[in-house]
Amino acid sequence: MSEVVISARSVSKIFGSGGDKVTALDSVSVDIFQNEFFTMLGPSGCGKTTLLRLIGGFEQASSGQILLEGKELNDLPPFKRPINTVFQSYALFPHLTVKQNITFGLEMQGTSRKQADGRAEEMLELVRLAEYGDRLPSQLSGGQQQRIALARALAPAPKVLLLDEPLSALDLKLRKEMQVELKRLQTETGITFVFVTHDQEEALAMSDRIAVMKSGEILQIGAPREIYEAPTHRFVADFIGDSNFLVGDLVDAGAGKRAVKLAGGQVIALTQDVSDQRSGEVTVSVRPERLGLIADSEAGADQLAGTVSTVIYFGTDTTYQIDLGNDARLTVRMQNGVGANADFAEGDRVAITMSPDAIRVLAD
Amino acid sequence: MGNILRSKRFWLVAPAVVYIGFFMAVPLFQMAYVSILERGDYGGVNWGAFSMDAYISFIFERDLMDNLVVNTDYLQIFARSFGLSAMTTVFALLLGFPTAFYISTQPQSRRNFLIFLVTIPFWTNILVRNYAWMLLLRNGGLIDGVLNWMGLETGGLDILYTPYAVSIGLTYTYLPFMVLPIYASLEKLDHRLVEAAFDLGADKRRAMSRVILPLAAPGIAAGSILVFIPCLGAYVTPELLGGGKFMMIANLIGSQFGAARNWPLGAGLGFVLLALVLISMMIYSFKFKSLPEESR
Amino acid sequence: MKVDASNPLWRFRGITSTAMFFFAYLYLPIVVLIALSFNENRLATIWTGFTMDWYVTALSNDDMLRAAQNSIVVAISATVLATIAATLAAMGMSRGRFKGEAGVSAMLVLPLLVPEIVTAIATLLFFVALGIKLGLLTVILAHTVFCIPFAYLPIRARLEGMDPALVEAANDLYANDWKAFRRVTLPLLWPGILSGAMLSFIISLDDFVISYFVGGAGSTTLPIYIFGMIRIGITPEVNAVSAMMLIVSIVFVSISFMIDRIRY
Repeated sequence: MSEVVISARSVSKIFGSGGDKVTALDSVSVDIFQNEFFTMLGPSGCGKTTLLRLIGGFEQASSGQILLEGKELNDLPPFKRPINTVFQSYALFPHLTVKQNITFGLEMQGTSRKQADGRAEEMLELVRLAEYGDRLPSQLSGGQQQRIALARALAPAPKVLLLDEPLSALDLKLRKEMQVELKRLQTETGITFVFVTHDQEEALAMSDRIAVMKSGEILQIGAPREIYEAPTHRFVADFIGDSNFLVGDLVDAGAGKRAVKLAGGQVIALTQDVSDQRSGEVTVSVRPERLGLIADSEAGADQLAGTVSTVIYFGTDTTYQIDLGNDARLTVRMQNGVGANADFAEGDRVAITMSPDAIRVLAD
Repeated sequence: MGNILRSKRFWLVAPAVVYIGFFMAVPLFQMAYVSILERGDYGGVNWGAFSMDAYISFIFERDLMDNLVVNTDYLQIFARSFGLSAMTTVFALLLGFPTAFYISTQPQSRRNFLIFLVTIPFWTNILVRNYAWMLLLRNGGLIDGVLNWMGLETGGLDILYTPYAVSIGLTYTYLPFMVLPIYASLEKLDHRLVEAAFDLGADKRRAMSRVILPLAAPGIAAGSILVFIPCLGAYVTPELLGGGKFMMIANLIGSQFGAARNWPLGAGLGFVLLALVLISMMIYSFKFKSLPEESR
Repeated sequence: MKVDASNPLWRFRGITSTAMFFFAYLYLPIVVLIALSFNENRLATIWTGFTMDWYVTALSNDDMLRAAQNSIVVAISATVLATIAATLAAMGMSRGRFKGEAGVSAMLVLPLLVPEIVTAIATLLFFVALGIKLGLLTVILAHTVFCIPFAYLPIRARLEGMDPALVEAANDLYANDWKAFRRVTLPLLWPGILSGAMLSFIISLDDFVISYFVGGAGSTTLPIYIFGMIRIGITPEVNAVSAMMLIVSIVFVSISFMIDRIRY
């Protein structure tokens, strides 16, 4: 990838003092690259918005550094940072027209009226609301306000655009539309987007890279596919998509390969590189759609087997709950209409098929 | 402290706080101080000469032999003030609760207008409001006139300058303070709770007494406090509608700065009134602020 | 509650009739006073014909005009002082919590809690102790105290209703604190400030008890003048002056409420 634009170096943020201290960020380090759509994903209270506000200059870090193109930003107020924000509430100035909202930042920078007006036209064009310049924000729909907030933040051509859950107030259909729109705007403007959301689907759909956060820490950073298919933590596997978790012992399978031996005695070979240092009990995760079912009679000697306890039909696919015994359970999701094999009923004995690369050993 | 001095917000709140502190808090402390000073021979006070006379004379007086004798004049005025205030609070509640309930069942636009109507008299001059009642209540006034016209020869209504007139005037003056907080709690009330009561077999009387009234209790308490406390300190209404014959605490205090020229006593009475008010406020916030406001 | 009042389920016995009585009780004296101020008959409350004479008499009374002038000087001075202090205080109180906040809050509404008569005599004693001559100045100083909370509350309410992200957005778009205040906070706040100022003005204009004790010779305000007239007796001139005060208050409060309802 290209150059680093924003860099956080062991940044901590502690709110309050004395007895009711809250650590919102705990020594977080991250590099965000030029021209990247970078998403911070996590449940509320994970620190994602705090990190965004630190980058924007709305809060001061308790310790650590935030750098923009290698220069320290820490003590710069928001109005001296070439970074703009799209607020969760949009924060459109209700007493100014759409156009006045868009030219606000340019005016503050001392751009001439004429130039600012030209830029506003351009921005309205970009968000496809060219006709709406003279309206007040209250005369626009939620989706339109969202676009104006984007246009306003993009107008001063910032080095980085921060987006604080900007789609959370929109209904599902509009949200999907705006996801496409945001991606388009990012590609067209070439500006680095730092996006905060708690919606995993949104993050997967739009991002170049995702940082998954929990309790003030970044657990994993990676491309959407990497995060989904190779989660490193139980939290990541659980928060993004559905996952099965199994507990077993890490064993050597010969030829430098390793395997997991489940409580029931079955051994699952791993393709993942797991450090030689690790041994003993581990948790592995596997996505329900990476599993398959076959009749018990066709099963091999060492294959996982169990009893179907619940069948739920979802239209495009069917979900089976499999009771493995020893208190272990698996969820298997099989697509419907891909061959007629998958037709099991509650109480059937079944064996489970899986590809070894679907099994991930988790860090904790 | 150093931290506060450096913050911008300190300087923003400072002018208002310092102003009120200097022109209100300091005078209140000074008033307490004056109340334990000696009365000057020709009015005023002897600064630096301490005396508890103000508080002693509240209950006792010196007879010709310089013995202390119980004097209930002032106590009677206090008792009357409490009595009139309590009566006014009850009247205001009897009128105010149904009105607040009525308003809360109206459509939104009408509610705002009705609430506005309730508040308007508060913003008008208190003398003028009480004067208007003099026009209505006096002999030969409007009410007397209407009664005579209806053939009920009253031979003069003789109600102005009586405690009744004072009570009518006080209720009139402080009524809005009862309606507003009760309305606020009724407005927040979830109407489905009342429907649930109906559904579970409560008739209207029991829906009112078992659901609506308990849920409006914080508003009723707030309204009662807001009526009772200013009533206790009422000055204008007893002065005009009582004709100065039925003094309440405030009139007694005021008179110490007029004809009676007894500043320490006036200051002492003022201090007692202030203490009563602050104690009632404290009891109120202790008892009701901890109640669950609403079953949210 | 959101209910349909025409639904018989929500009709409780005695509610509507009490409410009607309430509003009649509230407005009967006001209506009667205004009506009588136009009554030609000098002595009785019996209607004998319409006249504006009493207003003419009142408005050509020099003493009354001087009192009215005093009232306006006091009200404007107290309003300006109180509104500035209250606006600053509301802004200081609006951004998050701080140590001693509860105490500051209590101080700002203290003038609403203390009985008027107590404020009046305490302030009187204070000015006497300081050796300040009682007059217009002392009245203005005392009025400013109780005008502050009346100006503060609507301004505070408006700030409370303002999205804190708006100021952040202005900062984010390169406006420094002063520019953000001038371009965003102030334009959004002015209805609250104006409404608070008008309430202060009317509260000061209408005040009687505090002016009565804290004022001296030459600082007779209109309410004090009216009080003197009422003590002498009920006359049509008093009706006219009173009706004018009533109308001024009602007009001001109505405007203040309408301004306060301005929303973007």
